[in-house]
Amino acid sequence: MDALVAQLQMQYRNYTVSLYQQGFLDDQFTELKKLQDDASPDFVAEVLSLFFEDCVKLIGNMARALDQTGTVDFSQVGASVHQLKGSSSSVGAKRVKGLCITFKEYCEANNYEGCVRCLQQVDIEFKALQTKLQDMFNLEKQIIQAGGKVPQVDIN
Amino acid sequence: MEVCNCIEPQWPADELLMKYQYISDFFIAVAYFSIPLELIYFVKKSAVFPYRWVLVQFGAFIVLCGATHLINLWTFTTHSRTVALVMTTAKVLTAVVSCATALMLVHIIPDLLSVKTRELFLKNKAAELDREMGLIRTQEETGRHVRMLTHEIRSTLDRHTILKTTLVELGRTLALEECALWMPTRTGLELQLSYTLRQQHPVEYTVPIQLPVINQVFGTSRAVKISPNSPVARLRPVSGKYLLGEVVAVRVPLLHLSNFQINDWPELSTKRYALMVLMLPSDSARQWHVHELELVEVVADQVAVALSHAAILEESMRARDLLMEQNVALDIARREAETAIRARNDFLAVMNHEMRTPMHAIIALSSLLQETELTPEQRLMVETVLKSSSLLATLMNDVLDLSRLEDGSLQLELGTFNLHTLFREVLNLIKPIAVVKKLPITLNLAPDLPEFVVGDEKRLMQIILNIVGNAVKFSKQGSITVTALVTKSDNRAPPDFFVVPTGSHFYLRVKVKDLGAGINPQDIPKLFTKFAQTQSLATRSSGGSGLGLAISKRFVNLMEGNIWIESDGVGKGCTAIFDVKLGISNESKQSGIPKVPANPQHANFAGLKVLVMDENGVSRMVTKGLLVHLGCEVTTVSSSEECLRVVSHEHKVVFMDVCMPGVENYQIAIRIHEKFTKRHQRPLLVALTGNTDKSTKEKCMSFGLDGVLLKPVSLDNMRNVLSDLLEHRVLYEAM
Repeated sequence: MDALVAQLQMQYRNYTVSLYQQGFLDDQFTELKKLQDDASPDFVAEVLSLFFEDCVKLIGNMARALDQTGTVDFSQVGASVHQLKGSSSSVGAKRVKGLCITFKEYCEANNYEGCVRCLQQVDIEFKALQTKLQDMFNLEKQIIQAGGKVPQVDIN
Repeated sequence: MEVCNCIEPQWPADELLMKYQYISDFFIAVAYFSIPLELIYFVKKSAVFPYRWVLVQFGAFIVLCGATHLINLWTFTTHSRTVALVMTTAKVLTAVVSCATALMLVHIIPDLLSVKTRELFLKNKAAELDREMGLIRTQEETGRHVRMLTHEIRSTLDRHTILKTTLVELGRTLALEECALWMPTRTGLELQLSYTLRQQHPVEYTVPIQLPVINQVFGTSRAVKISPNSPVARLRPVSGKYLLGEVVAVRVPLLHLSNFQINDWPELSTKRYALMVLMLPSDSARQWHVHELELVEVVADQVAVALSHAAILEESMRARDLLMEQNVALDIARREAETAIRARNDFLAVMNHEMRTPMHAIIALSSLLQETELTPEQRLMVETVLKSSSLLATLMNDVLDLSRLEDGSLQLELGTFNLHTLFREVLNLIKPIAVVKKLPITLNLAPDLPEFVVGDEKRLMQIILNIVGNAVKFSKQGSITVTALVTKSDNRAPPDFFVVPTGSHFYLRVKVKDLGAGINPQDIPKLFTKFAQTQSLATRSSGGSGLGLAISKRFVNLMEGNIWIESDGVGKGCTAIFDVKLGISNESKQSGIPKVPANPQHANFAGLKVLVMDENGVSRMVTKGLLVHLGCEVTTVSSSEECLRVVSHEHKVVFMDVCMPGVENYQIAIRIHEKFTKRHQRPLLVALTGNTDKSTKEKCMSFGLDGVLLKPVSLDNMRNVLSDLLEHRVLYEAM
């Protein structure tokens, strides 16, 4: 059994490190993990699910705002982007945050095509992140089920 | 009157007589008729006359008499039979009435006489009552005088005024010629003339107190008449007065404060009396009346009371003045003491700093010197220098610590540390010396002794070091045992100390036993006093200032523990035992973050109420999680309106997200400032923002925020920030 645990842990570790290396996650995610303890064991999961809900909602808002035939309310789009940027930086979703910054610039420049493009990218990005994180959580569950402890991954 | 019908006396010689009779009869009749008229008139006028019937009778009698006389007029000449008849009738009637009247008068006259006597009696009585009333009035006036006198006397509490007023008023009331007061002198053997009413007297005019007349007066509480020639009464210049007025003397008891015990009317066992002498005017034939004597006695009593009141007042005023003086002196002394303490503290602070700096230099440079190439002699010298300066540094620290401990300004620095490691370190420090002295040291740690504890590591080490050091110092042979265990209540402890282990704390007991010099049981209490040393001259060379145990005791007390020493006597070694309270920590690594939030490491964060305002749900949750992890009690709001509604003086910090473009977010800061006018009630305001350039910082400052944080905040960052914030109440460098 221990061998399985060790293997799973190794797998988990590698996966996590890859996420960081690929730029999906940054230090803020590490901080987030630090906040998880016996008092709030599912803290990270809760925050992330909230984040993903937020993403869906905000992306929906932006899509609607950009879908207007006629004058597009760039300020509204900008507000949503700002929110998304805040959320993503709070959870450590590095790529999403980066996209939001670019997105914001396009909004301020009232660049319709740019905004639309960014929106698509954001959508793709956040879904990808969601998948990856889901995999990571699954690995964690497996480790716990196998009787082991989820290892603390030190990125630096 | 003879009436003769048959004989006609016709004597011319008798005509003159007849004429006179005629006239007299006429006048008599007239008079007789007028008397009743007068009577009726006057009786009608008077309201009271009880004898109407008598009057009528008398009137009738008179009238009839008059009628008789009138009819007589006709009988002088020859008259008819009718006249005679009328005459007879009249006479008969007159006779009847007169007899009746006579009979009546027998009854009435005594009555009338007695009226007269009663009248006289009543007059006498009235005169007597008048006299008596005069007397009463005099008495009442005298009484009024007494009351006024008393009032005058008692209205002042000044001794002299009382006595002077007494004499004046008495003199006035009783119209005395002279009035004098003799007071006993200090020695009590003489009476000195203190006050007189009218005359000036030579100073120091005294009479001996043992005169018979004086004894007589002092012997009774009543006023006594004395001879005008007695020495106390010989006050007036004897200038040929014929008859000296009567003199009365009365005693005035002088009561002392001590006579007024509770429930105890002052008994006149005091035997101190003054003498009041009163003299009536000479040549006046006035005598002392009883009521006047009574007045004098009453006055004397009142004077006694008034004097005692004056004495009490004097006493209390004196006491109060004394008290005020003492208060002033105490105040000055206290201020001086405070100044002295302040001066000492200032001195200590300054000197400490001034002394430490060169000290550090010496120690540091000596250590460095030790590392270089030295000859053995040089090495020895350098070592001595180092040792001495270390000792001096320790001494300075001790002195400063002790003074801070005594002021109560020392606070323990709590932290988590490894207890086992601590003991081992202490032992390592002591081992060299012990090895040199060939004293084996053993360390016994109880198996249930927690490894990681919360407490003041440095001070605890100081204590253990001090005690173990003492054990080594004062032992020439034998072994030293250091035992550490968790103490339970059935272990022996000094009688007035009860150990109550609570949930997250425990009491550590450390016993250091040595088989060295031992201590005389009588000296044990002195051990913990500063600067007291009990070693003989031989061991004095081991150094030390005698402060070690005193300081250790203070530290132990600060840790809510107790320290004592047991010894079986000189030469039989001794055991030093102390208990201290430590907290239990679950930490597996040193100085780590506590994994159990219920037992947060940093006491300042536990239960700290904070408010987080963030429109973004995700970042709100993250910030909340961060703060909860640090042990705070977090409330979250998502808008500034909600924030204003929810914020209270219980919240110590408000974290507000100001990421949104525009100035609106900062308004909340202004509104919070307005809401809490008292500075200490206002929560600290920290802005969470995505950019931290200078303009943002300036903007935050201008809106009255106490700090700015860059989002996202790491755990360590937040912890540091909170510490800084709570300590300094402002934070503008943490970025």
